Amino acid sequence: MNRREFAKLAAAAGVAGAAEIPWGITRAVGQTRGGTLNAIIQPEPPVLVTAINQQQPTLTLGGKIYEGLLRYSTDLKPMPGLAQSWTISPDARTYTFKLFPNITFHDGKPCTAEDVIFTCTKMLMETHPRARGTFQRVEKAEAPDPLTVVFTLKEPFAPFLSSFDCTTTPIQPKHIYDGTDYRNNPANARAIGTGPFKLKEWVRGSHIHLAKHEGYYRQGEPHLDEIIYRIIPDAASRSVALEKGTVQLTQWTDVEFFDVTRLKGLPHLEMTTQGYELFAPHLWVELNNRVAPMNDKRFRQAVAHAIDKTAMKNRVFFGLGKEATGPISSKTRFYDGNVKKYEYSLEKARALLDDMGLKAGPGGKRVTIKFLVVPFGEIWQRIAEFVRQSLGRVGIEVVLEGTDVAGWGQKVSNWEYEMTSNLLYQLGDPALGVSRTYVTSNIRKGVLFSNTQGYSNPEADKLWEAAAVATDDAKRQELYSQVQKIVVEDMPVVWLIEQDYPTFYDKKLKNVITSGIGVHETFGAVRFG
Amino acid sequence: MDTIRAFSRHPSGMIGLAILLVVLVLAVLAPVLYPEDPWEMVGRPFAPPLTDGFLLGSDTLGRDVAAGIIHGTRVSLTIGVTSTLAAVLIGVLIGAMAGYWGGRVDDFLMRVTELFQTIPGFILAILLVATLGPSLVNVIVAISVVSWPPLARLTRAEFLRLRGREFVQAAACQGETPLQVVLRHILPNAISPIIVTGSLTIASAILIESALSFMGLGDPNAMSWGFMVGAARTVIRQAWWMSVFPGIAILLTVLAINLLGEGLNDTLNPRNARSGRH
Repeated sequence: MNRREFAKLAAAAGVAGAAEIPWGITRAVGQTRGGTLNAIIQPEPPVLVTAINQQQPTLTLGGKIYEGLLRYSTDLKPMPGLAQSWTISPDARTYTFKLFPNITFHDGKPCTAEDVIFTCTKMLMETHPRARGTFQRVEKAEAPDPLTVVFTLKEPFAPFLSSFDCTTTPIQPKHIYDGTDYRNNPANARAIGTGPFKLKEWVRGSHIHLAKHEGYYRQGEPHLDEIIYRIIPDAASRSVALEKGTVQLTQWTDVEFFDVTRLKGLPHLEMTTQGYELFAPHLWVELNNRVAPMNDKRFRQAVAHAIDKTAMKNRVFFGLGKEATGPISSKTRFYDGNVKKYEYSLEKARALLDDMGLKAGPGGKRVTIKFLVVPFGEIWQRIAEFVRQSLGRVGIEVVLEGTDVAGWGQKVSNWEYEMTSNLLYQLGDPALGVSRTYVTSNIRKGVLFSNTQGYSNPEADKLWEAAAVATDDAKRQELYSQVQKIVVEDMPVVWLIEQDYPTFYDKKLKNVITSGIGVHETFGAVRFG
Repeated sequence: MDTIRAFSRHPSGMIGLAILLVVLVLAVLAPVLYPEDPWEMVGRPFAPPLTDGFLLGSDTLGRDVAAGIIHGTRVSLTIGVTSTLAAVLIGVLIGAMAGYWGGRVDDFLMRVTELFQTIPGFILAILLVATLGPSLVNVIVAISVVSWPPLARLTRAEFLRLRGREFVQAAACQGETPLQVVLRHILPNAISPIIVTGSLTIASAILIESALSFMGLGDPNAMSWGFMVGAARTVIRQAWWMSVFPGIAILLTVLAINLLGEGLNDTLNPRNARSGRH
């Protein structure tokens, strides 16, 4: 075989390979059923079972395979999921869910109330920390008939109904997992759920191929025949794939912030920042409240006045996101914007610092603070640099300290830092994702993403607790409005940005973002044209 | 004087010296040329060169690239020179002891040196900075630690060559202490190759520092060229100027030092000088 023949053969092989795994849009124009969606997943998830692993890529992919009892609209109201209806008893302790009939797992076995109870009270209690926080409040779970699940709580817990999305409570098959070592069950490789798509093939380092679940209980769904998640580790290659139409969907950080403006201008693409409401990532500067002068709220308020959040949004996040005003994100329920405002004002910042006796020394310097740079990538470095320059203007000298991922986690969780930045998900309800950062009972040494800054205000503690167990939404709003006023006055951390992430998709693709978990949704309704 | 005259007739050496002098002047004049902190976000982000008053454009946060380069000169030169001085000190000390005493001392010291030589220098530097933490001092320490072995071997070779010479033996016979013999007689005769190698070590030190900063292991408070290229890498499609100009700065400085080192080598080495190549 000479070189020319070899080249022909290689080309033929390439074509054959491409035919097996279609790239780009394959269906005919005008057709609304069928077709292949090409999307991106990065980094490659270690496993697809969302009950066992809750990293972002796992949740994105697992959302197609596993379902929860409920779904949530973009304003976080519950909608039917596996459960077609639900009722809450007047004492707010008993929740009754009615499942849809004819739900089947990918292996053909029916999914019943027993699977739901097994998932919530046994499996997730062991494997899913976030779900454990909710289901440890369950006194008993019963199945009066195969399509009815009744949870009785030890005491009322308002966000209970907010805990049934597929990322928090993915229903698992009891017949596969009961009595086994969940994490090492060989069935994990098959990822058996009830979702509209099932795992067909997983080529490590290349792609994950999902195919239609023929026995899906929702009539007419899914519209798509298959979804192929391609693993593309390089950011520039991901942008090119989207630009050229070889993939039709990207989410989270697939497209880097600086590329958003350019891609937004492309005629075949649609960009939205909706579909992240349940997560509502909230970014702040964390100040160790134990260390002087950060133990004085006037200092923390001065920091809030000294940082121009709009400029940070525009320069660091290229215009994506929204200036945060307090502990609760405006995308989360019970947000109240009617709180003390900390507008960008160097005079006010200086006045507060003067007032607390931190006078400017030679060169205008008042104090030196060490800032631990978060080692999760470039954007965090830019945030740190922005904070340093901002605070330098009012005489707070910030010295950046580099560290690695393990070092950052260790120093922050053991309170051995002065200043850093942090980002937490709000998880749909202040009692699930917000209060954990501010209540005294969650000051736990060695635990990351707890109240690591050491803020404590007994009055606020009472309100957080009361709002978590109150069952009337109006009452909860009142309590949360009060606590937001107190916490914003105390300024335990300096809130910066409610982060937005861009989801890009081909304009021919419909029904992509239908809920508050956006791209993590089942995609049963997603279709071309 | 002869050496200086010979060097002044060495064309590439003089070019190197000229570029290096410009770099030095810029480093000295940095606070005058750009009195603002180079980290200060002074204008519009992503401004191309020669717009909005930016000579070389601005970066993602609206910082002046030209100011960064000028102030980066100080960082790069400081790290280059300090770490080289430290490396020369360690290298000459170890090489001198090994070469002068020979025998077991030599064996021991050379095995240690080889230990360092077998580990790839840059990897060791990464390891050291990652363990000690990224700061200016630690970067200097890391670069010195990986740079001294060639200097030690060179010094040892020179000392081995010189210590059997008559004038050295005569000095020892006159009762001079080993320290006096080394400092007055051997070292002055061994110094020119050490100077040449040392000057080249500065260039490689600057490169190592740039590479470390590029990978995010530089001092996060020091505006250095490697950091600038590293921070600009992701936006190279939108803003070429953010990586190109600091890259050129690294290129010119390292080239200048190499040219200068070569020039020194040609003029200081008596064999080359006598062969009348210039």
